[in-house]
Amino acid sequence: MAQRATAGRRYLRAFVSGFFIAVPVTVTVLDRFAYLARVEGASMQPPNLHPSGATNESHDLLVFPVCFMYVYCPLRSPRNPQQKIIKRVIGLEGDFIRTLSYKNRYVRVPDGHFWIEGDHHGHSLDSNSFGPVSVGLLHGRASHIIWPPNRWQRIRASLPANRGPLDTEEDEG
Amino acid sequence: MFRRVLGTTLGFVGYTIQYGCIAHCAFEYIGEFVICSGPSMEPTIVNRDIVFSERMSRHLCKIQKGDVIIAKSPFDPKLNICKRVIGLEGDKICTSAPSDVFKTHTYVPKGHVWLEGDNLRNSTDSRSYGPVPYALIRGRICLKLWPLHSFGTLSESPTRRII
Repeated sequence: MAQRATAGRRYLRAFVSGFFIAVPVTVTVLDRFAYLARVEGASMQPPNLHPSGATNESHDLLVFPVCFMYVYCPLRSPRNPQQKIIKRVIGLEGDFIRTLSYKNRYVRVPDGHFWIEGDHHGHSLDSNSFGPVSVGLLHGRASHIIWPPNRWQRIRASLPANRGPLDTEEDEG
Repeated sequence: MFRRVLGTTLGFVGYTIQYGCIAHCAFEYIGEFVICSGPSMEPTIVNRDIVFSERMSRHLCKIQKGDVIIAKSPFDPKLNICKRVIGLEGDKICTSAPSDVFKTHTYVPKGHVWLEGDNLRNSTDSRSYGPVPYALIRGRICLKLWPLHSFGTLSESPTRRII
């Protein structure tokens, strides 16, 4: 009887210590290093460039989340803080952007902000509707497509054709 | 001998990782200690005060009008700002100075908050850069710890800007 009680206590202790190791380590890894996410919605489903990449030069700010499907740049939505959205970074701070449906035709991205757009123009709620977004809202950078397995690949940085920052000479001229 | 050294090293690394992760979770989900600097929240918080900021109400979306919060600066993600929440989404905010004859008003858009310092004359806040996304908020200041004679919760807004 006494033996069973000690065994039970030992199991309980092992469970508690395992719990106190496993949960914080998991949470820290998910917060700091990488996480998986499933992408829903049509905003990143372009007909022509199906599985291509995120554009980001300023990688120091970003951790590399490992993401499920076609995922580019998850960030907290400025409209709804509970929601995360995934878009492609078109311009960094200081870039001049030709907008698609924003109130101004040309925009200079302010300091500490990004210009983000979905690949599926017209079906995406992005900077063209709410303007440049703050870098502080950024959550990570999509690095891999994991599921479905036949599309398993690394996501490379690329800009869609005709999108991207304008050259400064062009802007001055 | 070699095995024992390896064992102690591995044990040390394991404990470091474990406690580091526990510390990260505590700072990320419960709260953290912050040393405030800058004049923008005087007289509620003066330079070099140490405050405790709790993270739960931000994760649960329980930030209310009048709370003093710590947020990431919208223009520099490495910088934190400490301001008071004056308006939540949908609130009407008076953007003109108290001495102006013609009052101008604006509405806080969805998912944003309006932040102002308590020291209206010496504060860069939503009056200059507009509403701030809610997701930039990091925590709500609930306790002032240092200096000891002002230990306790924070006082109400002295500016009467909250409508």
